[in-house]
Amino acid sequence: MNSSQPILSLKSVRKLFGPHAAVDDIEIDFHEGEFFTIVGPSGSGKTTLLRMLAGMDQPSSGDILLRGTRINDMPSNRRPTCMVFQSLALFPHRTVGQNIEFPLKIRGEDPERRKARALQLMALLRLPESYYGKNVMKCSGGERQRVALARALAYDPEILFFDEPLSAIDYKLRKTLEKELKDIHRETKKTFIYITHSLEEAMVMSDRIGVMREGKLVQVGTPHEIYTSPKTRFVSEFVGDVNVIAVSKGPRSVLLGDDGKRTFKPPQMPKDFSKGHLVVRPEYLRFLKRASEADNALEGRLYNEYALGSRIQYQVRVGENVFVVEKLRQQPFTGKLDDKVMIGWDANDAILVTD
Amino acid sequence: MSQGLRSALPVILFLLAGFAAPLIAVTWFSFMPARTFAFAGTPTLANYATILESTSYISFLWSLGLAALTVFLLAIITYPVAYGLVRVFGRWSTLVTLLFTIPLFVSENVRLYGWVLFLIKNGLLLGSLKSIFGVEPESILFTLPAIILGMVYVYLPFMLFPMTLGISMVPQDTRDAAADLGASRLQVFREVELPLSMPGILIGCLLTFVLAVGAIAEAKVLGGQQIIPIIHDIEIAFTYAQNWPLGAALSVLLMLVVGALVLLVLRRFDLDVVLGRR
Repeated sequence: MNSSQPILSLKSVRKLFGPHAAVDDIEIDFHEGEFFTIVGPSGSGKTTLLRMLAGMDQPSSGDILLRGTRINDMPSNRRPTCMVFQSLALFPHRTVGQNIEFPLKIRGEDPERRKARALQLMALLRLPESYYGKNVMKCSGGERQRVALARALAYDPEILFFDEPLSAIDYKLRKTLEKELKDIHRETKKTFIYITHSLEEAMVMSDRIGVMREGKLVQVGTPHEIYTSPKTRFVSEFVGDVNVIAVSKGPRSVLLGDDGKRTFKPPQMPKDFSKGHLVVRPEYLRFLKRASEADNALEGRLYNEYALGSRIQYQVRVGENVFVVEKLRQQPFTGKLDDKVMIGWDANDAILVTD
Repeated sequence: MSQGLRSALPVILFLLAGFAAPLIAVTWFSFMPARTFAFAGTPTLANYATILESTSYISFLWSLGLAALTVFLLAIITYPVAYGLVRVFGRWSTLVTLLFTIPLFVSENVRLYGWVLFLIKNGLLLGSLKSIFGVEPESILFTLPAIILGMVYVYLPFMLFPMTLGISMVPQDTRDAAADLGASRLQVFREVELPLSMPGILIGCLLTFVLAVGAIAEAKVLGGQQIIPIIHDIEIAFTYAQNWPLGAALSVLLMLVVGALVLLVLRRFDLDVVLGRR
């Protein structure tokens, strides 16, 4: 087998609903064994895209290639892929065991081998053996999650799709399940394609992330790349709280603020840059005593502070603009609310994005 | 008396007076001496003995048999329609539903006489056949098939609506998931769709069975009294024969038989289990 050949590739795939393109000209290769997460807000077309990959919808144009073979019209029951649904779509009239064995039963395997495989998968997913005969609707949210994954694995697919299966689960359990899922990925070495609206979730699990917006894939990269070098304001804002300053190219390679007066020392500026946004993450902003302590400085007023667990976030108002600064809990800022404060950042800690 | 019980009291009294009392009255009457009209007689089992010695069992069998056949035919005929209403017809569903509902606004007897006019010799169907094609087949009116036709026709909506509800309760995701796990369309139907819509199907079957056991107009109007269902026997006992205790005893027996059958089905297919609640 040619190892460089992608397991799944999309060639300018579009999906039209009337005149509206829910998925617009997507071009991407998924590699064998990777954990790829597609992130986007609701309505960005990610579920539509996934349904086409799984064979539940057909693209309006473009091609879906599985190891180089066009599979646009192959129905989902013949594709070597399997999906874990947002609703999990467990069979409520079946036990945990029967749910997991479903694909094996469909394939006509004999009951003994089915049961052996189901128990094996239950062990992998840390479901107690006694759950085999339990009604699946009596399981807790996290257990159902595992049953759904076990059922998908029982199908022995080459690619597993996940349609936001963790979105309805409370925060603490979700964090555990995210890590478990990544462990399962390691264990099974299968290709995982996951969609979520939470970039935080994507960061934890993925080898690569693709960010979708209005039907288009706007950036693809490793979690590190997406976090440290977002190409657009949209991607940068997706990661969490960021400070965004509208800027344009000023004279002598400085950036001009949108008030036309303030100037900023830029990070490396692309040659063709004319206007865009300067993005500074809250952890790169610091409180200054003197303006000279950082490349860029702004004066404002401390408006409020929020405890975020390990960090504390401060809201600073500079004229009309609102900035957020984050500090570790162990080293809090000592200023009082409504104090005049100075904040600043070094040129290379900011990111310059277009649009 | 607790707050809850006090609040429920009006409903309890209403149900006791409107629901339990008539049942108790009928049951009590069935133990009264034959051809009496008072509650005060000495209780006796004579009415039940009379029934066992009579040929009433034939009427019982006809009623139960016709009801069972009606339910069976309805299940086969209605499932595709219900399936279509939920999955296929789309925006036409409303229209189709209306077509099945509107006849319910017309009295059952009037509709059955409509069938008489349609089926009778020289009527709408046979008269047209005769004048257009010159053929003159036998009319099925006043035969067993006509009774069955009438019953299927009258009770169809009562099967259709619970069934439609049952099918619409099958989540699209579970069907997609079954297909995604390799199931063919037939397997999706057999393994997921049918069992998950079973509550609706069962409720439809029970409802139409209970209604059809109580059918009388179809046999009278379309059957020309070729067949005497048990309800007809009961009616005769209460009216022409003026033997209320006998009628009451027949009613009690019918309730017992139907009740036992319903319980048997409900035990076999526990609705909670079918619905996945247990």
